Amino acid sequence: MNLLTHTGRYFLMLGKVFRKPEKFSVYRDMFFREVDLLGISSFGIVVFVSVFVGAAVAVQAAFNIDDPLIPDFYIGLATRASIILEFAPTMISLILAGKIGSNIASNIGTMRVTEQIDAIEVMGINSASYLILPKILALLFINPLLIIFSMLFGIFGGWLVGEFTPIYSAVDYLSGVTMEFEDFHIIYALIKTYFFAFVIASVSAYQGYYTKGGAIEVGKSSTRAVVYSIIVIIVLNYILTQLLLS
Amino acid sequence: MIRVEDIHKSFGDNHVLKGITTSFEQGKTNLIIGQSGSGKTVFMKSLLGLHEVDSGQIFFDDRDFSKMSFDERKDIRKEIGMVFQGSALFDSLTIEENVIFPLSMFTNDTIEQKRERANFCLQRVNLENVNERYPAELSGGMQKRVAIARAIAMNPKYLFLDEPNSGLDPKTAIVIDNLVQELTKEYQMTTIVNTHDMNSVMEIGENIILIKEGLKAWQGSNDELLSTNNPDITDFIFSSKLFQRIRKASN
Ligand SMILES: Nc1ncnc2c1ncn2[C@@H]1O[C@H](COP(=O)(O)OP(=O)(O)O)[C@@H](O)[C@H]1O
Ligand SMILES: [Mg+2]
Repeated sequence: MNLLTHTGRYFLMLGKVFRKPEKFSVYRDMFFREVDLLGISSFGIVVFVSVFVGAAVAVQAAFNIDDPLIPDFYIGLATRASIILEFAPTMISLILAGKIGSNIASNIGTMRVTEQIDAIEVMGINSASYLILPKILALLFINPLLIIFSMLFGIFGGWLVGEFTPIYSAVDYLSGVTMEFEDFHIIYALIKTYFFAFVIASVSAYQGYYTKGGAIEVGKSSTRAVVYSIIVIIVLNYILTQLLLS
Repeated sequence: MIRVEDIHKSFGDNHVLKGITTSFEQGKTNLIIGQSGSGKTVFMKSLLGLHEVDSGQIFFDDRDFSKMSFDERKDIRKEIGMVFQGSALFDSLTIEENVIFPLSMFTNDTIEQKRERANFCLQRVNLENVNERYPAELSGGMQKRVAIARAIAMNPKYLFLDEPNSGLDPKTAIVIDNLVQELTKEYQMTTIVNTHDMNSVMEIGENIILIKEGLKAWQGSNDELLSTNNPDITDFIFSSKLFQRIRKASN
């Protein structure tokens, strides 16, 4: 199948996903299950990656601004900008595409090849909506929280370097971080995050939902889910950046 | 009763069902037999709308299922129970939650009522003390029984089973067969069973349909099967030495 048929089938699937839901109480339970399963378990890795990358970004900024005429608070300013504009929304979304995307695809793919999806359909339940909608909504809810955590911990990582090494002063760093704060940067980051969350959930669900065969194909779907989510995120990142920042 | 008129189904060039016309009776265990790959699963899934047929009609007690949309089919689907070949239990749910699943979807019962119904169904298939376990923790035969419990949870009028005995030892297979037959009589369901298990054919085959090369090659009861001279039947069933002997003895 070529890109065009995949794209067509992807949008047909989305049409099915957003057709009227089955029963509110069931969806509510599924939503919380997914938030727990997909989101809560991702906080650890997000915090871990953000602290270390934040620290590295700050150190790089310090070495780039190694000019006695430029004051140290610029390090805070530069670190904040990189983390909020690009690292937190984009890099963390890519990491989540790997972690959550593969989980979604293998979960739905397994249900497909073991006829669990047929079992849902035969009861007259819209399986696409029942399985995929709660996952999409869960990611739209949890990913922005993860990204905000990432921003906070990334900036915190830069502060740690200032506090515990002689490279620059933590006080100057913090004054840079809090200087001339631009609200729109956060909004821009969150808009990207919502788009990316939708991509991760829907592209991965698509790969899982149309799995054919057995366990090996489930593995392949899971790999494809990550690869395609990443590609779409990268392209979308460029498009959104141009639209929102220029 | 379920009636099928001239149904066709192809996958690309592979013409699997080439015009099957038959009917399945209420209160009986109707068997679909045929070689592996002959299209039994495709036939069953076509009856259920899991595959859309290319042409032909399917009537559930005179309601033309084949012409209906997904939403229009819902009322009939609530009257259908299906046991898939691999059981198809929801592996992220406990046994009890599996049986409760259709009840949560389609009834407004309280959780106590749903639990009670689930326990009743699990007891009906002779399963106890497994409510809190997960499907992966049960044997194949037990999973099959859970699948049957889930299928009867909504008190269906029509019960479908795709090779319920595959992968089971002969003793467990007979337990499942007898259970299916008992439930069929007790609730006067129209039961359709895909099988290539000849023991099931002799035990519970009240109305047997042989599918060969996409067509219905023979239809009759297990008694008739022993005496027929239909070459497809003799070829399929009596290729086994054991059944040759049974046939000799019965004639
Ligand atoms: N989803 C499908 N897509 C394409 N071909 C299929 C599909 N399902 C079954 N077939 C084909 O239909 C034929 C009958 O298969 P099946 O009904 O599973 O046989 P049986 O259940 O009698 O063993 C086989 O040739 C199989 O390859
Ligand atoms: Mg089969």
